Amino acid sequence: MIHLDDEKPIFLQIAEGLEDGILSGVFPEGSQIPSITEFSVRYKINPATALKGINLLVDAGVVYKQRGIGMFVSEGAAAQLRGKRKEQFYDKYIGALVEEAKRLQLTKDDIKQMIERGFDHEQN
Amino acid sequence: MSRIEARGIGKSYGSIRALDDVGFTLEENKIYGLLGRNGAGKSTLLKILAGWIFPDQGAAKVDGNPVLKSEDAMGKIYLMSELDLYPDGMKVREAFRYGEKLYPHFDRKYADSLAEKFRLSMKTKVNKLSTGYRSIFKIIMALSSNNPIIFFDEPVLGLDANHRELFYRIFLEKYMERPFTAVISTHLIEEVANVIEDVLLIRKGKLIYQGSREELLEQGYAVSGKAADVDRYKQGRPVIAEESFGGLKAAYFWGEKSPNTLPEGLELSKMDLQKLFVRLTGEEGEV
Repeated sequence: MIHLDDEKPIFLQIAEGLEDGILSGVFPEGSQIPSITEFSVRYKINPATALKGINLLVDAGVVYKQRGIGMFVSEGAAAQLRGKRKEQFYDKYIGALVEEAKRLQLTKDDIKQMIERGFDHEQN
Repeated sequence: MSRIEARGIGKSYGSIRALDDVGFTLEENKIYGLLGRNGAGKSTLLKILAGWIFPDQGAAKVDGNPVLKSEDAMGKIYLMSELDLYPDGMKVREAFRYGEKLYPHFDRKYADSLAEKFRLSMKTKVNKLSTGYRSIFKIIMALSSNNPIIFFDEPVLGLDANHRELFYRIFLEKYMERPFTAVISTHLIEEVANVIEDVLLIRKGKLIYQGSREELLEQGYAVSGKAADVDRYKQGRPVIAEESFGGLKAAYFWGEKSPNTLPEGLELSKMDLQKLFVRLTGEEGEV
């Protein structure tokens, strides 16, 4: 389920939501994804917006269209997305984290400890 | 084809200028939002486009044919209006049959199925329907007409949250199944914001924006921080509104892309369509 907000253009949120679904296995490789109509009606968004979002994934080769049948997740899509997301990880999370840490006068060691706590927490 | 062209449309009621030099082109099979405050001229504009009333200046054309002179042009348009066109005492079921006679492509089966979805009683008299069900009835007539151009004038008026959801769903389903040119006129922006592709924004009878919703939003942003910092930042920039709270201030800009970086201490935020609308159409000191 994609939760739409106002912070980003809707078509990007649709694309990212689909990517999340592919990464988490909701849409396994080779499986069919919902149609433009389904996206449009489900999220009450303009079909052109849904199409624009999905086309980002088609252009990246993560999703492919089969004429008259529908759209499917490509082989290797999850690995491809994981690679892309890893590249974005630094900019998206580490940069912001360091910035806020400086504002709060947290040290490198404080952060390391917090990260370890976070991982431990995840395991429990 | 079903392209609509409006050129220099003007209309006055006594000393009130309801519409002033309004011009635009609507492309086939797109969903437009006609946004404006109450009394901005939305209904008057739709009635002129549909050929229900005469403009004082200018003209509306469908595929090059003036709506007022061409039956073909007028016949392509369905206007869901506030007016009740049905004879006194006519029941919903009879109105659906009446629709079949009036509109060549009217789909009565579809109308029946929508009535069931909305639990609209077929036996009720049209003029005895509650405000909400009157809207539902008009929505059903509009969507069942299968006209290539449909104008929805305040379609969700009086509808509860569930019925509004249902309206947007069936509207989009219909649109995907059999595309048509849609204009949704409303002052309730939030719900319709993602459904529309293009925006027509009118303020006091004047068209102040026509274009894609996305571009409209890209051109608006807000900056907040200490009042002195914000005041310094806003110099030479297109400010549309300001708000102060204690020593803090927020300034709203429209007409340029939002900046990538801001001076230290200032914070950037986006405006959604609703907020942008309020700021673009508000009176001084109202926001």
